[in-house]
Amino acid sequence: MNINELTLIKAKEGLEKKEFSSLELVEAFLKEIKKKNPKINAFIAVCEKEAFLEAKKADELIKKGVKKPLLGIPIAFKDNFLTKGIKTTAASKVLGDYIPVYNATAVKKLKEAGAIILGKTNMDAWAHGSSGETSDFGVTKNPYGNNRVPGGSSSGSAAAVGSGMALAATGTDTGGSVRLPGSFCNVVGLKPTYGRVSRYGIIAMASSLDSIGHLTKTVSDSALLLSVTAGQDKFDATTSPSSVGDYQKNLGKDIKGLKIGIPKEYFQEGLDKGVKDKIKEAINEFKKMGVKIEEVSLPHTKYALAVYYIIQPAEVSSNLARYDGIRYGSGREMFADEAKRRIMLGTFTLSSGYWEAYYLKAMKVRTLIKKDFDKVFGKVDALLTPVSPTLPFKIREKTADPLKMYLSDIYTVTANLAGIPGISVPAGFINNLPLGLQILGPHFSEDLLFRLAYHYEQKTEFYKKRPV
Amino acid sequence: MKLKTYVGLEIHIELKTKSKMFCRCSADYFGSKPNTHVCPVCLGLPGALPVPNKKAIELTVMVGQALNCQINSFSKFDRKNYSYPDLPKGYQISQYDLPFCKSGKFMDVDITRAHLEEDTAKLTHINLEGKEVSLIDFNRSGVPLLEIVTEPDIKTSKQAKEFLKKLTQTIRYLGVSDCDMEKGSMRLEVNISLGEDKLPDYKVELKNLNSFRFVEKAIEYEIKRHLEIFKKGEKPIQETRGWDEKKQRSFSQRIKEEAQDYRYFPEPDIPPIRLDKKEIEQIKNSIPELPEQKKNRFIKDYGLSEYNALLLTEDMKKADFFEQAAALGDKEKVKAKKIANILINRKININKESPGEFVKDILNESKKPQIMGEDLDKIIKSVLQNNREVVEEIRKGKETAVEFLVGQVMKETRGQVSPNQVRQTLREKIESA
Repeated sequence: MNINELTLIKAKEGLEKKEFSSLELVEAFLKEIKKKNPKINAFIAVCEKEAFLEAKKADELIKKGVKKPLLGIPIAFKDNFLTKGIKTTAASKVLGDYIPVYNATAVKKLKEAGAIILGKTNMDAWAHGSSGETSDFGVTKNPYGNNRVPGGSSSGSAAAVGSGMALAATGTDTGGSVRLPGSFCNVVGLKPTYGRVSRYGIIAMASSLDSIGHLTKTVSDSALLLSVTAGQDKFDATTSPSSVGDYQKNLGKDIKGLKIGIPKEYFQEGLDKGVKDKIKEAINEFKKMGVKIEEVSLPHTKYALAVYYIIQPAEVSSNLARYDGIRYGSGREMFADEAKRRIMLGTFTLSSGYWEAYYLKAMKVRTLIKKDFDKVFGKVDALLTPVSPTLPFKIREKTADPLKMYLSDIYTVTANLAGIPGISVPAGFINNLPLGLQILGPHFSEDLLFRLAYHYEQKTEFYKKRPV
Repeated sequence: MKLKTYVGLEIHIELKTKSKMFCRCSADYFGSKPNTHVCPVCLGLPGALPVPNKKAIELTVMVGQALNCQINSFSKFDRKNYSYPDLPKGYQISQYDLPFCKSGKFMDVDITRAHLEEDTAKLTHINLEGKEVSLIDFNRSGVPLLEIVTEPDIKTSKQAKEFLKKLTQTIRYLGVSDCDMEKGSMRLEVNISLGEDKLPDYKVELKNLNSFRFVEKAIEYEIKRHLEIFKKGEKPIQETRGWDEKKQRSFSQRIKEEAQDYRYFPEPDIPPIRLDKKEIEQIKNSIPELPEQKKNRFIKDYGLSEYNALLLTEDMKKADFFEQAAALGDKEKVKAKKIANILINRKININKESPGEFVKDILNESKKPQIMGEDLDKIIKSVLQNNREVVEEIRKGKETAVEFLVGQVMKETRGQVSPNQVRQTLREKIESA
């Protein structure tokens, strides 16, 4: 048995059955990191000492018969999750030496569930990017092709899970930053409903869009993690009081008779033919499982990216104002190009005289995009789309042209604008490069998304194909 | 050229809530060691999020209703973006286009709005070991701050002062704030301009006005200054000015080239706030009796003079003391009017005496045989004659020396007179002599 090939659920079972100890589990992953990380660069920091210490503690508890959902399970955290006492940089030199004094709620919940912090993963600086290339700590490479990007901004998290350096990793998704790298690294990426998981203690990118998710090898793993992280938080006024279920319970429940919509706007110009064909294959798989497929329309989709690039930089420009050089050691000149670009864009669109034409108008169109989804979800249970218009692209292929880079998020930003949940699931390979499909559902329909994704995953098992 | 004065006020009041506006740190920071009332939220640390204080919203709505404002059933917070070292997030959470309260009227002055925001940290600029440094104390950061803005309806410095006095009194009655300018729980800004028939297109902002008296003087000074400028055929420039109490004049602080752009946008971390009719009604019902109503009731129920009723309702503590004493007095057949008179004339210290003790003293006094008329006159005369030096001191202004003479008379009469009456007679005699 190769421990690094295990899924989260299998590792949990192994621990419970005492097939191996938490210490052995942690050791195996630290060893894999030592072997692979120099090439892939998925981690900014590895918490070797702390992880060993925690693993020993976990083993003690396991011996005593203590049961916790993630007891003894090492997890990697995207470096914008504040971890008390552990350097947290958001992959920017502005926070190059920042050691947080408190844990993010999601970190706290995962730790309380028994999880062990394995390390902090690389990302696009401040989560600004779709490729991982804006990190101030070097590019992360795609485990399925080392001259390819892993997708961003949760680049390190996806690459770590995809390459077997971690069982699971957390991520943040503001415009597709979990789903896109999920798709590029052949792992499951979850973007929960806005307000489902607390944002407290996660370095904000664009507050009205940020969703706190994770990357896992399988859908069941994703469901297990969400059961832990979801829920109302008294420190985040935007979290929902709606109850959190056991997301694993209904995974196997039949999907026959469910209705999936195929939004035609997601299959038009700009979508790679190869990707399109693969998604069509996936649609056929669902048909075979008895799901009803229906073409639907989300007419305001074409404005989504424009709206996103008004609202997101506006919030970014305000959220980054606190790094003013007074308290975090480094001045604002330490911001790299992409952050500067977004600060300037956002400052401009919020300025008097331009506010109405840009920000206000974008907010109005955002409402229309939400209404599109509301309407469509009156007819179908969920939507199926591609995650990305292309396969993992080459490193530096798009860095010279920000607009081209921004187009990578064209199918994912809509969910953030509408606040709905989305999941990306491995959907096959083209020339050994992975791609994912996206399932979107109404607010708080994570249960349904997991169920659909699970059935597809069980049938196709693309997740089992590991990088060579 | 006949010019009218247009004065508008902006009043910032720190609300007396237990915790701060967006976190659970104690808002009662005055006198605390710097940076001891802090947490990730009010320090603006990465990842921290604001959670609005419900009580502060209720208090704001309460003030709004006392100022006869309309209450917005749908309201929200906005970010006011600007950079300053006392603002840890680089933006202040405030309210822009949907404040909790709007369009009110108080003391014949139109209230534009009353909204809720967060206070900033406090900067201290000192010389530390030979180096000029600025220190930041975040204890004040995030304390709920109510901003009340009036229309430029105020015509005179006196009206401004009266308005502020009454407003402060009302807010203290509501128990919403101490309005203590020395502790900084109340801060004032005055906008002033002079124009013929309509509001002119310039205004001067007066800041750092630390008392109502300064407000009065600064307005007076500005009216004269603007008039002189107009006389020369010029127009005052739009600027911010401060008040120099020593030199008794205002001085220019900052000339605004153009209005600062705060790039307001809705605070995405706080969902919009809906207040339903029932909630608004409940808050309205929790408003205690306000000074004007109380004064009228005192006149009606206790038969007090308008003047006495006004004095007794100046602050709620005094009014409560009177009502308790009046209730106790009623059982002993002491009239409320008498209680009011004694309370006012003798300047009773209500912090040192309970209403019960006070009424008991009145009863004891009325039971004692009293020396009156010519007998008393004689004693007073002799005390005055025997203490000429003291009388001289009093004439020179040493008011407190009267108490010595009162003591002497009390001694001579073995306490069989009312000290209040003696004090009054002594004063009259010294003044008329």
